[in-house]
Amino acid sequence: MQTQERIEKPANKGKAASITRRFFYLSLREAGIGIALVIITLIFCFAAPYFATTDNFLKIFVQISINTVLAVGMTFAILIAGIDLSVGAVLALATVVGAKIMISKELPVELAMILAILACMGVGIVCGFINGFITERWKIHSFIVTLGMLNIARGASQVVSDNATINGLPQPFVDFGNVIIWGIIPTIFLLTIVVVGIAWFILKYTVFGRYIYAIGNNEEAVRLSGHNPAVYKIMAYTICGLCAGLGGVVWLLRLNVGSPIAGVGYELNAIAAVIIGGTTMSGGRGSVIGTFLGACILQVLNTGLQLMGVGDNFRPIIIGLVIVLAVILDTYRAKYLLNARRV
Amino acid sequence: MTTSPDKVNILEIKGVTKRFPGVVAIDKVDLNIERGEVHVLVGQNGAGKSSLVKLLCGMYQPSEGEILFEGKPYSPHRPEDAFKAGIRIVYQELNLLSYLSVAENILFEKLPRKNGLVDYKTLNRKAREALEEVGLDISPQTLVEELGIAQMQLIEIAKALSNESKLLILDEPTATLTPREISRLFNIIHRLKQRGVTIIYISHHLHEIYEIGDRVTVLRNGQKVETRSIQAVTIPEIVKMMVGRDMKEEYLFRSEVVPGAEILRVEGLRYRGNLHSISFGVKQGEILGVAGLVGAGRTETMRALYGADHKLAGEIFLNGKPIKIKRPKDAVKHNICLLTEDRKNQGLIVEMPIYINITLADLKQVTKMGLVKRQAEKKAAERLVKDLGIKTPSVEQTVRNLSGGNQQKVVIAKWLFRNTEVFICDEPTRGIDVGAKFEIYNLLWELAAQRKGLIVVSSDLPELMGICHRIIVFSKGKLVGQLERSEFDQERILAMAYQEYIKTGIENTKAQPAS
Repeated sequence: MQTQERIEKPANKGKAASITRRFFYLSLREAGIGIALVIITLIFCFAAPYFATTDNFLKIFVQISINTVLAVGMTFAILIAGIDLSVGAVLALATVVGAKIMISKELPVELAMILAILACMGVGIVCGFINGFITERWKIHSFIVTLGMLNIARGASQVVSDNATINGLPQPFVDFGNVIIWGIIPTIFLLTIVVVGIAWFILKYTVFGRYIYAIGNNEEAVRLSGHNPAVYKIMAYTICGLCAGLGGVVWLLRLNVGSPIAGVGYELNAIAAVIIGGTTMSGGRGSVIGTFLGACILQVLNTGLQLMGVGDNFRPIIIGLVIVLAVILDTYRAKYLLNARRV
Repeated sequence: MTTSPDKVNILEIKGVTKRFPGVVAIDKVDLNIERGEVHVLVGQNGAGKSSLVKLLCGMYQPSEGEILFEGKPYSPHRPEDAFKAGIRIVYQELNLLSYLSVAENILFEKLPRKNGLVDYKTLNRKAREALEEVGLDISPQTLVEELGIAQMQLIEIAKALSNESKLLILDEPTATLTPREISRLFNIIHRLKQRGVTIIYISHHLHEIYEIGDRVTVLRNGQKVETRSIQAVTIPEIVKMMVGRDMKEEYLFRSEVVPGAEILRVEGLRYRGNLHSISFGVKQGEILGVAGLVGAGRTETMRALYGADHKLAGEIFLNGKPIKIKRPKDAVKHNICLLTEDRKNQGLIVEMPIYINITLADLKQVTKMGLVKRQAEKKAAERLVKDLGIKTPSVEQTVRNLSGGNQQKVVIAKWLFRNTEVFICDEPTRGIDVGAKFEIYNLLWELAAQRKGLIVVSSDLPELMGICHRIIVFSKGKLVGQLERSEFDQERILAMAYQEYIKTGIENTKAQPAS
């Protein structure tokens, strides 16, 4: 109502002003996080011994992978104003199922490897679908449903593995996980980048991606526009589960064991990466690129602080502060944008 | 003139105006409330009754004028200010905390304390007294969620009474009460009056006001029409004052658009909470108006028809063929759309750009293999923005930044993009300034000229009479009749809208849900 004058202004002032503002608007979120990442990295390059070495970056790339894959899935769940607490446990279940299949003696090695990878993904898809279905069918908050799934999947992984780690994965699989391209990029990081890229493409260019953002912003409007939001929401949870399953594959490639205690607490790291990446818990705003940058910030901080000699006890405190700080900064950014647009 | 505080008037409203961008909600109202009287406020929907209450409780601040309470300037900024001054308001909507006990709710603002802890003994004793006062025989420890609507309403009143209030404002208190409870409420009001409490009573139920009121003030279009002693005025006179004589006829009724065959027919529609079955139809190229008071079941009927809410019974025919509508998806599939009364929360995704909103109902048109063709999408949106005259620098503008009128046009553009045949418009011009209103009317006419069927729900009677071929009237959940354009008469429509409310002794449909 009070906006009549508001729209006329930028139009009169000419395009330059509105383009600048648009640039600000579009770039602030991801670019801001990117700049933060660069600054933090630069600081550590000078302040932390051994930080600016190929070996260290290689290590970061390896360590970043699992959390990034989980966080990409988590982005889907959070964009629709949900959450998935079960990703760590689902990852564990995927690793034990995948490892079990891979060490099976009856199957040829190649087939076993392929089946195992598919099984990991299948475990994730099934768990994610169940999460989504229960959440939507009975309109229960996903926090509760996935809390249940966290326990169920964890328990299931203990049952499947008989509560023991599963060793002896086939050599080609182990070798594949150890390949390093150009001396700095491990295969698992490359896989991670592919996952990020696909997710980014889905959210940005597909109809499904459009609906995810629309539902996160205003589910009722989407429903009244003649859609069934539940379908898309269940798909989002399923994708989140699938990413947890892929996280299991990355885990197997990296650590070469299926473990029922894999991924304990990983869901919280994934959520932290999503939040630092600028996705809002209320849904509808955020991106996978942001999430990726968020995961990078977390890992760079962790490694950098470690190299500076900050002990295991203090690091979580600093990282915790960073998470909260990131969100506080985001509220200022949101306020600034709102005012900028109101001028 | 205020140097010697008037002993008679507890509240003086002097030349108060409340402006919103494009709308004047309250227009230079002078109103005196005498100490110890029951002052009734009546007026049509949007006449300014609620705005006046919001000014008194501090939710709005006047743009002009001043308010004196007990002779002293009174300018509340928060509901607490009103509370402290001794003004209590019982709203139409319930504001109770369902998971707390009755006692805690009643005394929530002033929980009795002992050593920093809640003193439950005193709490329950005081609550019991308050409950006795309103004649409710329930334990103070009952949880509010276990109560019925009518009981909750009485709890609200008990809550207002428990604190020493000098001025009590009751906004439509009987809307959810049964006749027995209403007479109990009236007893309470009489008792309060004897205690010297002043009461402002807002009601749609005109017959009630004779039982309790001393004086009545009629509001219309934000202005005060007159204040009269209840004894000196009849119901027809009040209705006449509410309607006024200044009817605008500038609505662009296009007589060349003649309705054709029936496009949509609703038979025996019933929704939860209403005992009546509703049947009506709309023709091609027709604008069908739906009149009635707020809460008469117009919105509920339309939402049930559209599948937005559950319906208990009813058949729907499109071009003579029965169709099934269980959810909005089905309605949209049959090219029926609903423009909700709450645009911002239900019709639009305000945080997203215009073009995304426009294509939301039919993204398929601009997709290829699951991918959105953004250029084609923007082009289509730009075309509609131009056709409908939506004022915006670009289709990438966030909808939040548009004015109300332009937002409504975006909603219409969304459904035009989908080639919708039946438009159900719930309050299409609410909150839209006058100029933009006429653009919306023109658009509605344009749609009618394209042989679409339109159902327009509106609380603005002159508007309905200006643009509709036919008007159906709802009263208290019942479709009470229909009028052809030649029969349009504001007083007659209003009388029909009040019809079921004036009948006394009839069981309140709302208090006894159908299932």
